[in-house]
Amino acid sequence: MKNSNKIIQISKKVEDMAPSGIRAFFDLVLGMKDVISLGVGEPDFVTPWNIREKAITAYEEGYTSYTSNKGLISLRKQISHFLKYKFGMEYDPENEILITVGVSEALDLAWRTLINPGDKVLIPEPCYVSYAPLADMAGAKVISLITKAEHGFKMTPSELDQACQKDKIKYLMINYPSNPTGASYNKAELSALCKVIKKHDLVVISDEVYDDLTYDFEHVALSSLPGMKERVVYLNGFSKAYAMTGFRIGFACGPEKVIAGMTKIHQYTILCASINGQMAAEEALANGHKSVNMMKIEYKRRRQFIIESLNEIGLKCHMPEGAFYAFPSIKTTGMSSMDFAKDLLKEQKVALVPGVAFGPSAEGHVRISYATAFEDLKEAVVRIKKFIKS
Amino acid sequence: MEEILQILASDARVTAEEIAKMTGKPVAEIKKAIKKYESSGVIVQYKTLINHDLVRESNSFVRALIEVSVTPQKDVGFDHVAERIYSFPEVVSCYLVSGTYDLLLIVEGDNIQKVSNFIAAKLSPMENVRRTATHFLLKKYKEDGHVLKQKEKSKRPNISY
Ligand SMILES: Cc1ncc(COP(=O)(O)O)c(C=O)c1O
Repeated sequence: MKNSNKIIQISKKVEDMAPSGIRAFFDLVLGMKDVISLGVGEPDFVTPWNIREKAITAYEEGYTSYTSNKGLISLRKQISHFLKYKFGMEYDPENEILITVGVSEALDLAWRTLINPGDKVLIPEPCYVSYAPLADMAGAKVISLITKAEHGFKMTPSELDQACQKDKIKYLMINYPSNPTGASYNKAELSALCKVIKKHDLVVISDEVYDDLTYDFEHVALSSLPGMKERVVYLNGFSKAYAMTGFRIGFACGPEKVIAGMTKIHQYTILCASINGQMAAEEALANGHKSVNMMKIEYKRRRQFIIESLNEIGLKCHMPEGAFYAFPSIKTTGMSSMDFAKDLLKEQKVALVPGVAFGPSAEGHVRISYATAFEDLKEAVVRIKKFIKS
Repeated sequence: MEEILQILASDARVTAEEIAKMTGKPVAEIKKAIKKYESSGVIVQYKTLINHDLVRESNSFVRALIEVSVTPQKDVGFDHVAERIYSFPEVVSCYLVSGTYDLLLIVEGDNIQKVSNFIAAKLSPMENVRRTATHFLLKKYKEDGHVLKQKEKSKRPNISY
């Protein structure tokens, strides 16, 4: 099996793409039965029934075609209204909004649209796994800004300023609330960052896919702040808050030029996002808020529970402000995050994601998803405690 | 609904310590609040929701919804008749409703015979009962917000980014 085919070679770039060790660990978890999993990056709720029902009806009614490249205009209008209502942002549904196959596609499009070879992109780390590889594939030179546990994994304005002084940074990737750390920024913190962003004339890609799952304050969209709209590509989607991961619907909002560029690539690679998913997304925006709120209340309770429990058993953990992840330190065990994850899986059948998956600086931490039923969380804490003691 | 009640309503076995962790409040405060709910009658009882269809002896268990039309009485309205009716242990629930009849009962018994006897011998002959209509339950799909099916395995993969 191993590389026996001498005729076909894959590109050096793809060959070198990270992360191989993690893949093997994932395969180990996927092959194991009766595991309590704290390793999942998606809600444990199924999509609310009204949204599923809408999708079924859409199929029954024969909505099985392509849509326009940019996505259903009705959905784009709804998104435009929604963003205006929520954040006071003005995005023209005709040419400033693009419906994508999840935030994942939007990220890829944004990098490929913006980057010229060698452009420097600053990415705070630990971060979601796809940022650096996608930027790299688009030709960027990726520079990491290591955020610190003692700051709750938030990038500080002075850290950003220093990074920009050291390198000629053109683009900044930001994600809040963050996967994997749960860190988010309130309005004051964002405003302070905006000053530095403007000072260094940065263009920002802002992944706010967890915005509805912010627990301690109101989420503020980066592009809603004064003078930011023209320098931000705003990404959001339906996967997390509406528990619609499998529908694969996201969207990008930004300056007309950027959205037009992204649409060019999108029309050749994707053509359009699935009409069924788009119609389900319309239902989500129109009638999904009650369900979102119900799930949010549940996540918030689990968050309190898991953070207190982890700190109690000696895994130091900051209080995440959003998303559904806890990111405790495992340094007291003296183990690497990969060994911790592997041994915990073998000995106690609890799965979680080793920190290294989210960048080398995340070594010494693990990601625990509390998108997990309360009884399972409870049992998992008991097992982790046993594991640490042994 | 207040948060403690919400949590207990979905799982009565959650401990005060756990509720304290979930809500970020001191345990003592939670314990005190629960005591107060109990003594003031807000929390009536802690019960187990059982799916009798999955228990073997449940063939010997029937449930009926009974619509009852009654004649209200001077001064006490429906309350007095209702009390006469709900005091029978066979009646597990009793509601005053709007619409074409007055009281909706849920009645339980070991078998159809026993429930029928209750209706024929006790309920129908009562002075203020004008008419009854009985619906035996054939299958329970959902009760109190819970779908009565064996838990389905989660369909998401056990690990993802
Ligand atoms: C921070 C972040 N961005 C983007 C995505 C991808 O989301 P989507 O399902 O919209 O492609 C995820 C999914 O885990 C995520 O955690």
